[in-house]
Amino acid sequence: MEEILRILEKNGRIDASQISELTGLKEEEIRELITKAEKDNIILSYKAQIDWGKLGDGPVLAIIEVKIAPQRDVGFDAIAMRIARFPEVKSMHLVSGDYDLSAQVEGKNMYDISNFVTNTLSTIDAVQGTSTRFVLKRYKEDGTLIGGDDMAEGRLPVSL
Amino acid sequence: MPESPINRHSRVSSRVNNIPFSGIRRFFDLIASSDDIISLGVGEPDFITPWNIREAAIYSIERGHTHYTSNNGSLDLRREISKHLKNRTGNLYDPTTEILVTVGVSEGLDLAVRALTEIGDEVMVPEPSFVAYGPIVHMAGGSVIGISTSMENKFIPTITDLENNVTDKTRAILINNPNNPTGAVINREGLSKIAEFVIDNDLIVIADEIYDRLIYGNKDSFVHFASLPGMFERTVTLNGFSKSYAMTGWRIGYATGPEEIIAGMTKLHQYTMMSAPTVAQYAAKEALVNGENSLNEMLDAYSMRRRLLVNGLNNIGLDCVDPDGAFYAFPSIKSTGLSSESFAEKLLMEEQVAVVPGNVFGPSGEGFIRCCYAASVEDIKEAILRIGRFVERETNSS
Repeated sequence: MEEILRILEKNGRIDASQISELTGLKEEEIRELITKAEKDNIILSYKAQIDWGKLGDGPVLAIIEVKIAPQRDVGFDAIAMRIARFPEVKSMHLVSGDYDLSAQVEGKNMYDISNFVTNTLSTIDAVQGTSTRFVLKRYKEDGTLIGGDDMAEGRLPVSL
Repeated sequence: MPESPINRHSRVSSRVNNIPFSGIRRFFDLIASSDDIISLGVGEPDFITPWNIREAAIYSIERGHTHYTSNNGSLDLRREISKHLKNRTGNLYDPTTEILVTVGVSEGLDLAVRALTEIGDEVMVPEPSFVAYGPIVHMAGGSVIGISTSMENKFIPTITDLENNVTDKTRAILINNPNNPTGAVINREGLSKIAEFVIDNDLIVIADEIYDRLIYGNKDSFVHFASLPGMFERTVTLNGFSKSYAMTGWRIGYATGPEEIIAGMTKLHQYTMMSAPTVAQYAAKEALVNGENSLNEMLDAYSMRRRLLVNGLNNIGLDCVDPDGAFYAFPSIKSTGLSSESFAEKLLMEEQVAVVPGNVFGPSGEGFIRCCYAASVEDIKEAILRIGRFVERETNSS
């Protein structure tokens, strides 16, 4: 199972017959394992990672630190899920340190993001404060270098 | 100009003139003239050296570590090598006297052969084998006794063949385990038999274990030859960073063995190399300390590609022993009726796939080709398609 997941994590488009060639497992077995992993939410989604900057002005990204008041019984979870559900929030984590949540928020432009922070995020009761850092340049996302991949150049075609 | 007392036909010494150029040299020209080549002809990882290792090297340069190290290599690195070998093999090598850092295994091999053999000595080499062994023994004034192996024996030398070929002049046996080009790994039982043979005939062992980390299936199937009973004092082991950590271009390796042999090799090393490149030594230390995760990731990738290539070759009718180590498959091409060289040459011309003809690795390699699976999955698949097409044409036409 883990072997299959590791392959899929690198290439979500690979199909069962190709995985079978690589692992020696039967296609049928692989399909079953994948279906089970999807059902159990071990595999969360399949998607393409896109460098929108290549098409012109890409989206604007900000990392927003959020300080929130924990609530009885549910701690941070209820308020965190409430914030995470906004489509502007691309990813979010509960972190240790001076603040509680670190959210990556995406918008078409700076105005979009400031609008989200001032009119939506800050007005939620449990939110005690925010600090917004705009992303100036992306270098690496989800393990992929952006615009600077290593190339194995110069390997001789034949060596002994 | 005064006449030379010796009638020289060449300015190059006869000893060097007697060595043929590496068997695949003309392939380079052929390859240079074709496009769209898929190469399974390489002998090195397709991965780039892991970033933490490259970064450690850059940092060492920034800090100004640009001087010679001690002849044997930096003590820091030798200590790490010692620790690493203790963990992996159980053998304890004294970092101050039993380890020499070399410029790759290639240098270590040259030093070992020159330090151990007298002119006229014989060195036994099971073949097919790495192409440098013969010339290096020759340059040291010795001669190679090739021990043939066969596909039937999974390219592992038999004791009978060793016994039938040993003479009074035999000084050493050179064992490359796992083997380039066959990928064969000799297990503990096989090595123990060789060890007995070594004791019976009072030989020294040069163990080239450069592929020791590239083992598929049961990781314990690899045994460090010098860890066998009685073998420490008879064995010089050559190893390095090139294959395990994708560091071929750094040219860094090491030799381990009894103090006397290492001291002899160090003497040669200090007059020829002084010391291995300092920057590469820093990189090597980082590889040993923090390289395990990268190594395992690369190993996972090789393991999948190995399956793909070996199954693919078997499916198109090129029989192939399961290679337990290194990153080569060594399929038989005898069904096509072609010689290794014409197979490789025609395949390159007609289908633009580069492989290495088996005969360059010794007479037992005739009828085989070496295919390296340190290549992308896409390239391996496409190569198999093309080789399959080629084999079908050849089989039908003959």
